[in-house]
Parts: sequence; C-alpha cells; structure tokens
Amino acid sequence: MNIVKLIVKNSFRHRLRTILTIFGVAVAILSFGLLRTVVSAWYAGVEASSASRLVARNAISLIFPLPLSYEDKIRQIEGVKLVSFGSWFGGIYIDEKHFFANYAVEPESYLKLYPEIIIPKDQKKAFLQDRKAAVAGRILVEKYGWKIGDIITLKGTLYPGNWDFVIRGIYRGRDKTVDESAFIFHWDYLNETLKKTAPMRADQVGWYMIGVTNPNLAADVAVRIDKAFKNSLAETLTETEKAFQLGFISMTEAIVIAIKLVSFVVVFIIMVVVANTMAMTARERIGEYAIFKTLGFGGWHIAKLVFGESLFITMLGCALGIALTFPAADIFSSALSTYFPVFNVAKKTIYMDIIASIIVGMVAALFPTWRAIKIRVADGLRRIG
Amino acid sequence: MASRTPIVEIRHLFKSYRRGDQILPVLNDIDLDIDEGEFLALMGPSGSGKTTLLNLIAGIDRADSGVIQVGGIEITSLSETDLAQWRASNVGFIFQFYNLIPVLTAFENVELPLLLTSLSKRERREHVQVALNLVNLQDRMDHYPGQLSGGQQQRVAIARAVVTDPAILVADEPTGDLDRVSAEEILELMERLVHELGKTIIMVTHDPRAASKAHIMKNLDKGVLNEHRQTYS
Repeated sequence: MNIVKLIVKNSFRHRLRTILTIFGVAVAILSFGLLRTVVSAWYAGVEASSASRLVARNAISLIFPLPLSYEDKIRQIEGVKLVSFGSWFGGIYIDEKHFFANYAVEPESYLKLYPEIIIPKDQKKAFLQDRKAAVAGRILVEKYGWKIGDIITLKGTLYPGNWDFVIRGIYRGRDKTVDESAFIFHWDYLNETLKKTAPMRADQVGWYMIGVTNPNLAADVAVRIDKAFKNSLAETLTETEKAFQLGFISMTEAIVIAIKLVSFVVVFIIMVVVANTMAMTARERIGEYAIFKTLGFGGWHIAKLVFGESLFITMLGCALGIALTFPAADIFSSALSTYFPVFNVAKKTIYMDIIASIIVGMVAALFPTWRAIKIRVADGLRRIG
Repeated sequence: MASRTPIVEIRHLFKSYRRGDQILPVLNDIDLDIDEGEFLALMGPSGSGKTTLLNLIAGIDRADSGVIQVGGIEITSLSETDLAQWRASNVGFIFQFYNLIPVLTAFENVELPLLLTSLSKRERREHVQVALNLVNLQDRMDHYPGQLSGGQQQRVAIARAVVTDPAILVADEPTGDLDRVSAEEILELMERLVHELGKTIIMVTHDPRAASKAHIMKNLDKGVLNEHRQTYS
C-alpha cells in the first residue's frame, strides 16, 4: 500500500457524493472549455491573419467604398508585392436564418494572396474561367449538399435582385484556422451587372488586400499607401490584416468580456462545490486524522491526504470534462457553423481546463487541510469516543 | 519477570483543561515510575484523568508543567514534529473502539505505521505478516474492518500497535467494547506481549477483571494517584 492507494480508497468512501462532485467538475470544465472555445472562435479571424498582408479600406468607414482606380496606384507603391480587392455582398440564401459570408473578389490575385485556401487544380481553372462561377467552403457545401455545377441563387441585400452563381469549386483550409464556410465569387460579375443596373455604384470596391514584400516593413507600407491617397475624395485607412480583424472584434468586445467572465464564474462556482465536499470530508474524518497523527503521521502527511483527495476528484472531473468537450464542440460547431465557422478546441483551452482544475482542487483543500492539521490529537480522538 | 529499570519517569505533572472561563484541574502533581516490561493498569472513576495521563505518557497531549521521560527521552520538551516521529517508533496504541481505517484491509491497517519507515515493500509485508501471525489473524489479512468481529478488529489494532516493535504499548479501555470471551482473548494476548516480547503496557480500564491481569494496578482519583497494588499474575 502507498499513500496514493489510500487517497483513491478515501475518495470513493462516499461513492455517490464523490461521483456527483466529479460530475459537477466535469460539467463545469465542459462549460468552461466551450465558453473559452467560443472566445477562441471569436478571434479565429485574427489567428488566421497573415503578417504579410495589409487591408486598405475607406478611412471614414468600411461601409464606404474605394475607387477601383486605386489598384494600380497601390501596386506601384514601394514594398507592395500583390494587390487584390473585394466587396461584401451580403446575399441571402433561402432566408435570413441561412446566413453565411459571401463576397466578391478579384479571383486570380485573391487566390494568390490567400494560399491557405486550397482548391483542386481543375476546379480552380473552371472557377477562373467562368465569370458566374463561385467557390464555396467545404463546411458550407456539406451543410447544403451542394455539388459542382449546382446553380445557387442568392438574394441581394446591398445589391438588389436575385443573383445566380454556378458552383465550380469547393475549397478546404490549409489548417484549422481557415474559415471553410464562405462563398466567394467574381467581382467582375458583380461590377458588370452594376454597370447595367446601378452605374453609379460600379467600379468601386469594398477593400483592398495587399501582399507586402517584407512583413517587417508592413507598417511602413501601410503608411505609404495612406499617404498616397491623402486629401483625395476617398482617403484610405491601411492596417495589418490582424488589426483589421481585431477592429471587427472590438465592436463586440463587451460580449467577449461577458463570456470570459461567465467562464470564470463557472470555475468559481465549482470551486465552492468542491470546497464544500472537502470540508464535509474533513469534518467527518477529523477523528481519523487524529489516529493518523497518533501513529506518527505529521501535518505534511495529512495535507497530502486531503490535497491528494481533492486533486484526485477534481482531476477525474477535469479528464471527464475534457473528454466531453470534444464531442460537445463538434455538436456546437455543426449547429452554429454559420456564426462560428472556425470552432476548434484549442490546446490552450485544454491547458486552461487543467490549470483551472488544479487551482480548484488546491483551493478547495486549503481550509479542510488547515482544520485537519490544527486539530489536537487528544481532541480528535475524543470525537471518536 | 519484568526487569526493574524505569522506562517511564513522571515528575510533578500537572494538567488542567479550560472550559469557558473555568480552569478544571485534571492531574495534580503526579509522580510515577513504570518499569520496563511492566503491565500497569490505571483505574479510577470517569473524569479522574486516566486517559489524560495515558495521552501524556504517549505524547499525544501536552502537560501544563512537569517532566515525562520515556526511555531516557524527555518528551515534554519535544516539538510536535519530533513528538510525532518519537511516537511512530516508540509507542503502540490500542483504543477502545479499535480505530481502524475502514477503507483499508486488515493487512493495510497493520502496514500503515510502517509507511513512515524506510522499509521496502517486501520488508513491510514480512513485518505485517509476523504481526498478524502474532494475533492469529493471518487468514483474515484481506478482510476489511467491517467484515471482522469486534475481537478480531481489536486484534488487528494490536497487530498495528506492535508492528513497528515499540517499547511501550498504551491501551485505553481495550476491552471496553468487547464481550467477555473476546475481552479475555485480548487480555491474554496483551499478557503474551509482556511475557514473550518484553513490552511495557500501560492500560486504562474500568474493568477490575482486566486490571487483574496487570502486574501493577494504580488508582487515579481527582487527579491524584493515591493508591497502588502489586498484582503479579
């Protein structure tokens, strides 16, 4: 026998209470893990952003466009390697509930600038050749059961009318941080149609995407671009892709903070529950701790027993909670794929789960340990009889 | 026959308890010598201080003043940590209600004090088997306390008390929770420990039959050791 065996045996002395506590910790860790994953999902765009890409938008607001004519001027600026552009389309598929990101881009330069978007060669060729072609992410295609060649109709909101697209490709992300639920089509298709239906809105783009020759000089290039359009009718605000994404998140920062707070409240609540369990355990076993002391076990040994039991229970709950987090995240991900296209349980979240559990186990054991150590042997024995 | 060397020497021992604003004297200027290999019975009415005196000798309580020397060590001046270490290697405990750990088997309960030693797992097993053989419970080593009778549990407790081979055994009402037959078995076992292994036993009891097995019987009343009777059996 060793002390670990004794800790395990002690832990299951009140089987129901221990199982309920483990289950409680598991649910808390599951909730904590999911909430932290939601926060990570919020920042997925930031995670996926590249240091070698800049985004230039209208300095007043993203809702104001920039002239198409800026493309050539930007391309000539020192440090610029590649320029692409796009416009948010905001089309609705079936109804508002079936939301997914859809935007028009200049396809050739866009795919060069975003090598993390992987399209099979033949599909890419078909996409580039057909002006009405679109590529959709794997998740989106799976969700709606689309096939290559299917005609998809989006109802325009910013650009009125019904817009037909032919699915010519299905893209995958190079890694897990890439959003696989977007719908991308030719900016030319949008522009040519606008020339006929709303000529005033033609030849304008929502934003420019710029590849730089050296990521270390990205800030300097951004300054040069903005300087080039200073005092023009449409001044630019150029920033790194990361800053551009963070700008979106800052609009919803209060929600992110609230989610983070709730995740810590969950941990705090379970800490109280485990502390209560350990306090009850220590109270019941004061006599036994006195026996251990009588036999020569010191305070350190008693502390090991109480801390060990508390940590054993919380870590079992933690393991169960982590094991449940993955299938729960899958369910969450498929149910909310339109809102959280990238919903992966990050390693960091697992580490946070483990650290939170260790803290819960340690803090919950503090008071019971103090009581167990402080009790005088004679007093403890008197409680037994 | 026991030797005449005192293993326990108590001088001018005072102990009182505080209850609210009141101070209740329990032991009043106790002087006592207990020879090595002696079987001493401490008797007296409830609240007379028997258990308190036993606890002080065993180093699980602190005196207000006075000196207790056990085996040449003045335990009244030891720190809590040193006292715990001293108890682990010098004193075996036998309680009225056995005080076994219910989630541990008889074997594991007996092994418990050995976890504080540097013995290997194999050596611990050997020691435990010897102790369980001594109390004739080798066939019950895998039983949990709840699966044993009161007498058997007390025998496991005795095995636990002797497994570290301490010089002194302290027993607080060891037969108080047992039927007559079991009590008789336990007392015989304790006599064997004195006669065959040379242990010194200090036993608190209310039971004159149990006390009659001791070499010496001392009576404690109102905190004073006021009479004694030699009863070599």
